[in-house]
Amino acid sequence: MLKRLRENKSAQGALLVSPTMMFMVGLLIIPLVLTLVISFGRRDPDGQVIYDFTLDNYRRLTGFTTDCASGAAFCFNDLYLQILWRSLSLAFRSTLVVILLAYPLAYYIARAQPRRRNTLLFLVLIPLWTNFVIRIYAWIMILRTQGVLNGLVGAILTPVLPLLSGALNPLLASMHLPLVATTFTPLEILYTPTAVLIGMVYEFLPFMILPIFTSLEKIDSSLYEAAADLGANAFRTFLRVTLPLSMPGVVAGTILVFIPVMGTFVVSDILGGKQYILIGNLIQRQFLDARDPTFGSAASLILMVLTLVVTFFYTRRFGFGEEIVPA
Amino acid sequence: MSEFAVEMRDVVKEFQTPEGGHINAVDRVSLQINDGEFFSLLGSSGCGKTTSLRMIAGFEWPTQGEILIHGHPMGHIPPFQRPVNTVFQSYALFQHMTVAQNVAFGLEMEKAAKDEIEHRVHHALEMVQLTGMDRRKPKQLSGGQQQRVALARALVKVPDVLLLDEPLGALDLKLRKEMQLELKALQQKVGITFIYVTHDQEEALTMSDRIAVMSKGKVMQVGTPVEIYERPNCRFVADFIGESNFFAGVVKSVDHEFASVYVPILNSEIRGMALDGIVAGENVIVSVRPEKVRASEQAALNENSFQGRITKSVYIGSESHVIVDINGTILKVWEQNKISTLEPGAYHLPGSEVWLTLFPENTLILRDE
Repeated sequence: MLKRLRENKSAQGALLVSPTMMFMVGLLIIPLVLTLVISFGRRDPDGQVIYDFTLDNYRRLTGFTTDCASGAAFCFNDLYLQILWRSLSLAFRSTLVVILLAYPLAYYIARAQPRRRNTLLFLVLIPLWTNFVIRIYAWIMILRTQGVLNGLVGAILTPVLPLLSGALNPLLASMHLPLVATTFTPLEILYTPTAVLIGMVYEFLPFMILPIFTSLEKIDSSLYEAAADLGANAFRTFLRVTLPLSMPGVVAGTILVFIPVMGTFVVSDILGGKQYILIGNLIQRQFLDARDPTFGSAASLILMVLTLVVTFFYTRRFGFGEEIVPA
Repeated sequence: MSEFAVEMRDVVKEFQTPEGGHINAVDRVSLQINDGEFFSLLGSSGCGKTTSLRMIAGFEWPTQGEILIHGHPMGHIPPFQRPVNTVFQSYALFQHMTVAQNVAFGLEMEKAAKDEIEHRVHHALEMVQLTGMDRRKPKQLSGGQQQRVALARALVKVPDVLLLDEPLGALDLKLRKEMQLELKALQQKVGITFIYVTHDQEEALTMSDRIAVMSKGKVMQVGTPVEIYERPNCRFVADFIGESNFFAGVVKSVDHEFASVYVPILNSEIRGMALDGIVAGENVIVSVRPEKVRASEQAALNENSFQGRITKSVYIGSESHVIVDINGTILKVWEQNKISTLEPGAYHLPGSEVWLTLFPENTLILRDE
């Protein structure tokens, strides 16, 4: 038996991956199938699932219902489509902002002295040591009306604004432009979509920094010299050499950031207020508050399909963040 | 315009060591490289040859001294504004671009017209025999082909000076030999000044018009391959280029270009060609190359002849490398195998007696540093 195993390379491989395979089947494939089955079911008044085959849950997501207050045959409510669109657009915007913030930082780290580089990478990872929920709660302290941010901005602007408005407002008024305020009004950021964006960006920044750093670090410094030697200044070297060669990192980071932002509900729950609902919140509420697992399952699958479609088109265009290898 | 393509004037490059000390990677180097010349910087690793090249390219700036290209002081002019191009040891090809895009890169930076770029790229690829490879990515090419792309990419800019940093180092021996001849032919065809960094003496001798032998940041000797090999000016050069037998001694007398040197370990006088300015009483090194010693079974009683015993004989095909013991002093002798025979005695058997003759015109008297 053992001797046969020693000779059979593919059996060895199967044996080695079997723990992972069991894990994946038990905790991914089976639950996924269950979700699919439940999404076609109905819910009885107590919140129990009645197994059936109905597309009602999916129809409800599209907003078409036959159960109309007006008495019409069917009516349309775009509430859920709005949630889907909001989630998608937030995921795109968050990813974009994360790229813009992470790239310069990753570039700086990659170009630092090796010892300093390790310290910087360590600093990037430190936030991950604290629980995710606690860190998002901390943003309440920063963003609320009486919070750290307003305290700081207020301290700077309060003495400046009267002077500034006194000096500029006559001129601005003569040009019919908006005037400078005379007193500082605290910024209302908490419980707005902006707060959710800030939270998402903060949360997923390290997942973009690390892959970009890795791909930047791999670029042989002789390539920068070669570009300079051939007549490219620093800016053109960056555009023509550094950026294209670090794209695998950007792509990998995008996948690592976009997918979780699409599904996360904690950030919007804590920083967005109850009226800012993303698809993640919708699913969570179906399972926990509304006790409608069938609709929750349908929404989960739609989220998954949506994420897959975006990722599919993205990776078709840019690859999976692998090395640039010729076809 | 100056007559020199590149001139280094008393150039010093100081580096900090990790321990916090200072080291002169390049130490007061002065060189004049002529227009259209194939010039090699030859030395072992750490001798300052690559640092010198990088200073000409503009990747490093001299701590002291000056570098002039066609008479213009380079000062702190960045690499992208210098009329030189480099072929890197690692090729440094842009993996995300095709061969043609790599070669076109430098021309695009010059903002050349599109059809001109196309024309020149095509011509450059033709020159390095890569026609038809233009749409491949560098990874799809062999090492030798990648090397040619790097060459085309630099040459397409038609630089005043082409700098080559051990470009053949990663190729296997046979390909390297082919490329050596090809590079030399190419240089003669385009007429651009080549400055070639190598640690391979044979490579330098094969290709160069002139060679600068460097050691520990200093230039030891500059000369044509023949000058460097036949008239090394110091023990280091005689030892680094090819092989030599060395004996320490004291000059007894000088007669025009010849000098007689008393060599204590042979307890005898040797006559040889003396370096300019050697005077009687000076401590010197006698240097003779192994292939220039004549070995004979018959007694030779002329000057500079010594009797010895063969301790080892290695047959390597074209030559036999023979080690001869003269009263405890070891001499290397290389004998060409000019006749074809299976007779072992023809290839100097160990244990046999032999007479060695060091002809004065083949024996060099070098100053003892």
